[in-house]
Amino acid sequence: MKKSFRIGAAILGLALVAAACGDDKTTETTMAPGDTSVMTDAPAGDPLKVAFVYVGPIGDAGWTKKHDDGRLALEAEFGEAIEVKYIESVPEGPDSQQVLEELVAEGTDLIFATSFGYMDQMVAVSEANPDVCFQHATGYMTTDNLGTYFGAAEEARYLSGIAAGHSSASGKIGYVAAFPIPEVLRGINAFTLGAQSINPDATVQVVWTSTWFGPDIEKQAAESLLDAGVDVVAQHQDTAAAGEAALAAGAKWLGYNDDMSRFAPEAWLTGPVWDWAPYYIKTTQEVIDGTCSNAQYYGTMADGMVGLASYGDSVDQATRDHIEAVKATIIDGSFKPFTGPINDQDGNEKVAAGESPDLGTLLGMDYLVEGVIGSAKG
Amino acid sequence: MNSNAWIISIGASLAAATPIVLAALGAILHERAGVLNLGVEGMMLIGAVAAFLAADAWGNVWLALLCGILAGGSLAIIHSLLAVTFRANQIVAGLALTIFGTGVAKYLGEPVNGVAISTSINEIKMPFVGNLPAVGRVLFQQDVLTYATWAAVILVSLYINRTRLGLALRAVGESPATADAQGISVARVRHVHVLLGGLFAGAGGAYQALARAPGWNQEATTNGIGWIALSLVVFATWRPGRALFGAFIFGFAIRSQFTFQAQGITIIPSLVLDILPYALTIIVLIVMSFGTARQRLGAPAALGMPFVRDER
Repeated sequence: MKKSFRIGAAILGLALVAAACGDDKTTETTMAPGDTSVMTDAPAGDPLKVAFVYVGPIGDAGWTKKHDDGRLALEAEFGEAIEVKYIESVPEGPDSQQVLEELVAEGTDLIFATSFGYMDQMVAVSEANPDVCFQHATGYMTTDNLGTYFGAAEEARYLSGIAAGHSSASGKIGYVAAFPIPEVLRGINAFTLGAQSINPDATVQVVWTSTWFGPDIEKQAAESLLDAGVDVVAQHQDTAAAGEAALAAGAKWLGYNDDMSRFAPEAWLTGPVWDWAPYYIKTTQEVIDGTCSNAQYYGTMADGMVGLASYGDSVDQATRDHIEAVKATIIDGSFKPFTGPINDQDGNEKVAAGESPDLGTLLGMDYLVEGVIGSAKG
Repeated sequence: MNSNAWIISIGASLAAATPIVLAALGAILHERAGVLNLGVEGMMLIGAVAAFLAADAWGNVWLALLCGILAGGSLAIIHSLLAVTFRANQIVAGLALTIFGTGVAKYLGEPVNGVAISTSINEIKMPFVGNLPAVGRVLFQQDVLTYATWAAVILVSLYINRTRLGLALRAVGESPATADAQGISVARVRHVHVLLGGLFAGAGGAYQALARAPGWNQEATTNGIGWIALSLVVFATWRPGRALFGAFIFGFAIRSQFTFQAQGITIIPSLVLDILPYALTIIVLIVMSFGTARQRLGAPAALGMPFVRDER
């Protein structure tokens, strides 16, 4: 009798625990009344349902945070005319399908999913639900109602490479990178070309971490590069851990995604940053108007999707002027970061002198350029 | 190849091992008392978030460490209540604790998401011996908490093997009925050691947030270290000294995947090195699952079994 009471109490306790921690990943947000004038043709009381699927937590200070900044701008733009929710930390691969199907079942009209690894699931779910509009960041597959969006981070990568080339006394630069996929390889290559535009002998050493978001891992990877003698560390990662390692070693650091300078101001040089808000607003307006873009949108520095973060104190005025000058030529289209001659690590010519590859070739980039140390296969 | 870089990586592996050792020491204490607590990861995360919140609020790293330790301990009290007082299934209670701890930590950490840390635990270089070649870098240029952890390994080992209280602890873990007959309060010994385990796990989590990867990064702050610590206890056959050695092997396995790459050695694919620590754990767990091996390797006989005096 006494025992069964105790077991009962324990089960009750566990149930309370389970109830307290259930559903902690889904957060629904409703905005305060805003400007609804843009929605004059939409029936009142029937807001467009928009959902965001994030690969990391919104507090990652990097990739997901920037998408979430875009979501906030979207809510501010449309106010009560739309109903927005987001789901954080959705694993890439098969698990994401269930999340997407749940969103569809809830009557969501427009779904933005923000990581490469959702691609197969986005294709499958979009084909099964032709009435819902799907938008996939960084992917390359489309269907009738699935569009992709991404941007030419390589433009800002090239510019941050210039900063690194100026800063590195030894010419040995390190690069902490997540996965050897075209997006990341493209970034490493553009960065290297930028550094070599200042110091033709500069090398960029790559260490793969196999994670987008793992501060301890990223820090150890950066430390091992610093141990190997690099004096500048760049990253394609979503935390600022590499900056902490660089700071401790007295080296310099380039971030990614967002202005990360506050994490290690003395080490900070600059870094590529994203601004997704204009695309989110444009696409949502299109869905309100009854169309769903299934194009492969590729933003640039010219349209503002890609930008460069603030400069650290150690970036001197001459370097800043030089970067700004190159930036202006990128924006007006007179200069492309990937302009031949470009050789791969084995010395094979990949881009002939004076030529620059088309977008399709860029998006499928599977090699590392001369001067990069490390494997293009991870 | 640069031998200096390898020396530095060995030194760094020792620091990377610190949170694993701390959590493993705690787990050894409560498992030696016969209580299984799978909530280590949850207690570490609570410790990490509490430490970060305190560091952010007061800017004092030691106060932050204390908060982390206490937070880990307070979560352990819940497990103690469920597992010892209510005699609930310890596996279920422990798993629930990890899920609960993770949820609470994420909730509490919401305001400091993406905030830069204002203070952190730094390495100190010991005078004279710190300048010794190789050995100086590996052994005498660590942070205070790493030294404290090494001291704790010795103290916990002496406590378990050389003191009366340690004898009582082992008796409770091996044969609670006998211990009870000798007048030892089984429940009290178990409560105390589950609490101690929580304090250690909290310290491990705090170290992670204050020294290893300073900052609050939700689950990625501890990144599964609690689970590694739990399997390390098995690997170490419930002995603190072996846990230290094992944690160093794990730490080095994690670290070497990057050192190999940074040194330009690409013979072994990085993904193979990536799974090394976990493959090691699986092998040990398989070996341990054979009953005779389990006995020989020294698993506490009453591990995971609630003690009920009136049903003896």
